[in-house]
Amino acid sequence: MLNTETNLPSPDDFYEELVALHRDLTPEQSRQVNARLILLLANHVGDPAVLREAMARARRGIEPAGGDATLPARA
Amino acid sequence: MASRAPGEPDYQRLAFRYEPMAGRGERRPVIVVGAGPVGLAAAIDLARQGVPVLLIDDDDKLSQGSRAICFAKRTLEIFDRLGCGQRMVEKGVTWNRGKVFVRDEEVYAFDLLPEGGHRRPAFVNLQQYYVEGFLLDCALALPAIDIRWRHRLTGISQDENGVTIEVETPEGTQSLACDWLIAADGARSATRKALGLVSSGRTFRDRFLIADVRMEADFPAERWFWFDPPFHPNRSVLLHQQPDQVWRVDFQLGWEADPIEEQKPEKVMPRLRALLGEAAEFELEWVSVYTFSCLRLDRFRHGRVLFAGDSAHGVSPFGARGANSGIQDAENLAWKLGLVVKGLAPETLLDSYDAERVEAADENILASTRSTDFITPKSEASRDFRDAALDLARDCPFARRLVNSGRLSVPSTYRTSPLTTADRDAFAGPLEPGAPVPDAPIRIGGREGWFLDEVGGAFTLIVFAGQGALPDTDALRPDPLPLDRIVVTPPGQDGDPPLHARAVEDREGLLARRFDAAPGTVYLLRPDQHVCARWRSFDAAAVAAALQRAAGGEIGRC
Ligand SMILES: Cc1cc2nc3c(=O)[nH]c(=O)nc-3n(C[C@H](O)[C@H](O)[C@H](O)COP(=O)(O)OP(=O)(O)OC[C@H]3O[C@@H](n4cnc5c(N)ncnc54)[C@H](O)[C@@H]3O)c2cc1C
Repeated sequence: MLNTETNLPSPDDFYEELVALHRDLTPEQSRQVNARLILLLANHVGDPAVLREAMARARRGIEPAGGDATLPARA
Repeated sequence: MASRAPGEPDYQRLAFRYEPMAGRGERRPVIVVGAGPVGLAAAIDLARQGVPVLLIDDDDKLSQGSRAICFAKRTLEIFDRLGCGQRMVEKGVTWNRGKVFVRDEEVYAFDLLPEGGHRRPAFVNLQQYYVEGFLLDCALALPAIDIRWRHRLTGISQDENGVTIEVETPEGTQSLACDWLIAADGARSATRKALGLVSSGRTFRDRFLIADVRMEADFPAERWFWFDPPFHPNRSVLLHQQPDQVWRVDFQLGWEADPIEEQKPEKVMPRLRALLGEAAEFELEWVSVYTFSCLRLDRFRHGRVLFAGDSAHGVSPFGARGANSGIQDAENLAWKLGLVVKGLAPETLLDSYDAERVEAADENILASTRSTDFITPKSEASRDFRDAALDLARDCPFARRLVNSGRLSVPSTYRTSPLTTADRDAFAGPLEPGAPVPDAPIRIGGREGWFLDEVGGAFTLIVFAGQGALPDTDALRPDPLPLDRIVVTPPGQDGDPPLHARAVEDREGLLARRFDAAPGTVYLLRPDQHVCARWRSFDAAAVAAALQRAAGGEIGRC
């Protein structure tokens, strides 16, 4: 189960480090760092149920307003 | 430069003679529309069961240009059963390994057949016109197949008793009637359109330049895939060897590329020089630009019309799942339709073709879509994760498993099929009910051979022998349904098979290992070599029930 209770020993320190990680980066570069971070952490967690729960929580409340670049195919 | 073997026909240029149809008014048991790999395989498989087949094709040539090259182990095993596997392997370039490079660094290598004891390799590369040519040679040797070139299907109607088609020939239009029609007429299927059916899915916004290049080169016979190589920055490239000193190079171009411009030699040659070096000597054999889609028909059985191959489904070529899955459609359909035509199984058996192959198509579409999402990310987030995986792959092993340059064709397991009987007894290992059985080296009648050569074409009962007495399987008489019986003896022992059975020696013990078999273990196989059911000991009633189930219900009573 996804642990949403405080698990970080020093939350403020972590938060500061997370923000500092992106210092002097363009939004594009930050996205790259974030994507790598997500993959690294996801592999570390490993448990698909926990990952699925985390993904669902991350997505909650966001009304999709985009699309993807594929096109409908009919033949 | 060396090319075709001396004396070998030029399958790329062969043109077949138009011949008018004999016996026009006659109604045929089966017409197959389309002499591509799928239609040819289906026609051969049916004819080998003694079912007369009329095979028509709108064209008078084999496959043109750059199309399928990678033919998978399972397809080769099917070709073995049809009688042309050896020729395909002798002509083809055998390969088992692939490498993935990011920029100029190798990040991932895979071996698709890491173990020995199989007759066929993971893949051979062979131009589609050879595959069709070798299948055609097989078909021409079968008197039950009647082939007509330049016969184009233009219309179709059906009722519960049969199918009537309109066919356009150089001499005008004619009607032909049949009991069953196999529509193997490819991605633009005229049969599909004439029935008002639609295949739907997604098109990926990307273009690929496919170049077949003739050259002397010493790249190994491996599948090499680059992401973002220095010679084609920000995009991907695939390099693969074919027979006759021909190499397939596949350049990702992006959606904005102009497909007409990109096919011009002045655009193609610099791209190839960047890969092969300024000094390389090569000739262009064929160049085309493709966009790929994943799509399928809702159902593959529409009454008496059965769709197989590209007419039923389409995938992107990364993974080589198009022709390979189409050949599996053909083999799945052929034994079922054969039994139905002979009155040995109810028509509803054909619904299992639909169930099994629709599920297989979904599996292939899923694999193909995942690969395409990696190669052609469909959103910015998807691109971010792709780039992150490629970067991490340099030093993090987990990320190498995320790198997806195509997950190559493997056969489907009909796990949830109505024909499959679930295990009652405990079995370990990867083989499961519904899966095609693995190969293994055997000895039969004093000579060395391969297990898969001994099974298929009919239901087969396999009994693994041991110390004890063999069960008396003779009581089992599913007449008139033919049942082959094989007794497998341990290495070094050639047993005396009981009446009606053949003895096969498990020459290296691999068969027992791959089947997780102990003395007394019994397997029931379908005519397409997939497992119907298995038990730890012979139980005549259980085998009869599984056989009945796999043959669609009431055996021989329809
Ligand atoms: C660039 C590229 C690379 C590929 N690589 C691979 C690969 O490596 N491995 C793989 O497995 N697959 C690959 N594929 C896919 C593969 O080529 C197809 O899946 C395969 O050809 C499908 O076979 P088919 O018999 O269903 O259809 P087709 O090969 O399209 O054959 C259909 C036949 O029907 C005939 N026909 C059409 N209309 C009519 C009509 N109205 N009346 C009578 N006859 C008609 C046509 O002339 C043709 O002979 C690749 C495809 C492309 C484009």
